[in-house]
Amino acid sequence: MEQALIYFYTYKDAIFIIALSIFLGIEVISNVPSVLHTPLMSGANAISGVIIIGGIILVGHADTTSLNAELIIGIFAIIFATLNVAGGFVVTDRMLEMFKKKKK
Amino acid sequence: MDQILGTLNGVNFTMGEAVLELSYLVAALLFVIGLKFMSHPLTARKGNFYAAAGMLLAMITTLLLHKNENGTGIQMTNVMIILAAIGVGTVVGWIMARRVKMTAMPQMVSFYNATGGLASALVALLEFPNADMHNWGSVLVTLLGLVIGSIAFSGSMIAYGKLDGKVKDIRAGYMTYVNLFLLLITIVLAAYILITGQTPGEMEWAVYLLFGISLLYGVLFVMPIGGADMPVVISLLNSFTGIAAAMAGFIYGNEAMILGGILVGAAGTILTVLMCRAMNRSLLNVIIGAFGGSSAAAEGELGTMKEISLSDASVLLSYSKSVVIIPGYGLAVAQAQHICHELDELLSSKGVNVRYAIHPVAGRMPGHMNVLLAEADVPYEKLVEMTDINPDMPNTDVAVVIGANDVVNPAANDEPGSPIAGMPIIHAYEAKNIIVMKRGRGKGYAGIENKLFFGEKTRLLFGNAKDSLQKLVNEIKSL
Repeated sequence: MEQALIYFYTYKDAIFIIALSIFLGIEVISNVPSVLHTPLMSGANAISGVIIIGGIILVGHADTTSLNAELIIGIFAIIFATLNVAGGFVVTDRMLEMFKKKKK
Repeated sequence: MDQILGTLNGVNFTMGEAVLELSYLVAALLFVIGLKFMSHPLTARKGNFYAAAGMLLAMITTLLLHKNENGTGIQMTNVMIILAAIGVGTVVGWIMARRVKMTAMPQMVSFYNATGGLASALVALLEFPNADMHNWGSVLVTLLGLVIGSIAFSGSMIAYGKLDGKVKDIRAGYMTYVNLFLLLITIVLAAYILITGQTPGEMEWAVYLLFGISLLYGVLFVMPIGGADMPVVISLLNSFTGIAAAMAGFIYGNEAMILGGILVGAAGTILTVLMCRAMNRSLLNVIIGAFGGSSAAAEGELGTMKEISLSDASVLLSYSKSVVIIPGYGLAVAQAQHICHELDELLSSKGVNVRYAIHPVAGRMPGHMNVLLAEADVPYEKLVEMTDINPDMPNTDVAVVIGANDVVNPAANDEPGSPIAGMPIIHAYEAKNIIVMKRGRGKGYAGIENKLFFGEKTRLLFGNAKDSLQKLVNEIKSL
């Protein structure tokens, strides 16, 4: 109990953000028409590539004087995360582009 | 940027740190606004652009301004390495995204989700040695990031393989127990790492074991789930990736990552629930997998399928007043959306009222059919949702079912024992005539016979949807 309270207090800002983001996420997309389910899923998927920030921080402070495991794995993490981000946004844009085209 | 602006809780902070945090706030807001805009047809594209801009902003400011606990910024060599890695990822991702066919979109999304999950798992794996073992909270988020990210990765890869036809379903009763057992091991192992009190170095084996078991669990978790349920699974795994990214955000105390990740986690979960609701099934039912196709009636009792010739079909369609096209997965795989639109225009020019009935889960993903038909320039007004078209079905002269099966199976309404019982369907059987375009005599994804295909009013046109439609269009033109 004590431990949990200490943990909560230490990370209270982050925990508040998590609690509120859950409701925000639900609210933001609750009225989406089924037409947009696929693009929305794809767009949300691209946002989950935000882990790239973690990859940048990790490799940013990694030791580059030698070729170590941390550096190599970190580089792969960045490559994969970028794939998620770049590919995700481009694919979403392609889908949405089609909706726009026929509204001329 | 290194100028000290002031102190907070006794610690000095520089201008760079303040600007960095400010940029994270802007990025987080852009994610929220982007997602909000993406849920409306008119603003959707702008929303996607906003979210992408937020991501780019956070990436640039992190690269320029992030400092570790000693106050050292990111060195030039590291910047170069990071930019090179980002360059590789962007070029590959961009090319893949540009080249993929619209019909293959769902597996593409699944693949990207896998890469995001893997990135989260790798970051957690690398951060574990820095974890403070006395602070169980920080260890817990690291382990959660690792486990959830790994499951999202391997699960999405299997989902990708299934949608791409590379991985077959494995359905066995014992799979549920194997999975529960694996899940139990994962929890026990994670709990052990949490409470053992040993140093991260000593616990390295356990963490790698946890990584391996989570990967295996992801594979076995998706393996028994039928291909038709993949959209639900991808949506679920998508929310996993978001949560895994948020856990990593926790490790770094990075609010943009936490908010972005949890936002996707919550939105993905709701989307998953919406999809399940469209099929009138619970999430648990999808995961455990009710689609076994055991209770279907024997084929003999259903009668025979009656074929229709192309000329009969073309005459029937040309002299109808009202035609409803019901597209399904078969149309998507055959990439027949363009030729389908040609048929629709041809009939419309003859005064036939042609509409499309869109089942919420038709195609490979909810809304996938809308994307495909949009690609073929079919106007919005012609796409009618299931609940709106059903009252009109009895007045419809011809219902043309193109590569759809389960979504028009009357068993959903009148056979309580059927695996798809209770799923809302398009009432094609109420139309005056039904033409079914089908590749063969096979069953749909649910693996059950469809009474509609044997009905008195039903005629079948066998063959690949694209070829059949092409021949039909030629035939009608020559009338």
